[in-house]
Amino acid sequence: MTQEELLSKLKTIITPYVQNEKALGELNEETDFIKDLEINSANLVDVALDVEDEFDIEIDNEAMEKMLTVGASVSIIEQKLAEK
Amino acid sequence: MTKDNIIQELPYSKPFLFVDEIIAVNEHQIKGTYTFREDEYFYQGHFKNNPITPGVILTECMAQIGLASFGIFLIKNSLNQNQLSIAITSSEIDFYKPVLPGEKVSVIADKEYFRFNKLKCKVAMYNANDTLVAKGTIAGMAFQQKK
Repeated sequence: MTQEELLSKLKTIITPYVQNEKALGELNEETDFIKDLEINSANLVDVALDVEDEFDIEIDNEAMEKMLTVGASVSIIEQKLAEK
Repeated sequence: MTKDNIIQELPYSKPFLFVDEIIAVNEHQIKGTYTFREDEYFYQGHFKNNPITPGVILTECMAQIGLASFGIFLIKNSLNQNQLSIAITSSEIDFYKPVLPGEKVSVIADKEYFRFNKLKCKVAMYNANDTLVAKGTIAGMAFQQKK
């Protein structure tokens, strides 16, 4: 899976939970889920669970704490995929 | 964590405690009851001369049993509960029957997931005749309290 494909899948996952559509249009590595996209912490859990299903990986507590930006999430997903 | 001290751990008190008893609880499901007293404060205004338990109060009762009580049991001793605050984060409930003053209801909540301090459950409320009163999905979270 290329990074573009991964990013595209991640964008599809987060879209239903995003409150700030403008920030979604300007999505980049630094985009912060809570500060920029205005996803609430409860829906951030849903993002993590959807990521687990989509990529067939397990997000542990340590990974969850880091999954706050698009870039960090892509890194974690890549790392977990590599460990499979 | 036993059934009795779950209620003691709840962060509610009169007139906003809507749990009398936890009947059964395990890792997958909780069952609890509450009897709406004839003199609950909200019957004074809901409705004028026609007291019926508000849907938001039925939702609150389901959340106090299905999220707060269940969450306390599931978290058990893994976290220091004194440092946690809780919040309902979503609810989608359909209502089927009115609940009148004096009625006893049972709430059953089945865990969908409990991950990263978020608890999501399918909940159902039944009246004393075992007739479905309300049903839906609720979710809530526990947060570390900011010092």
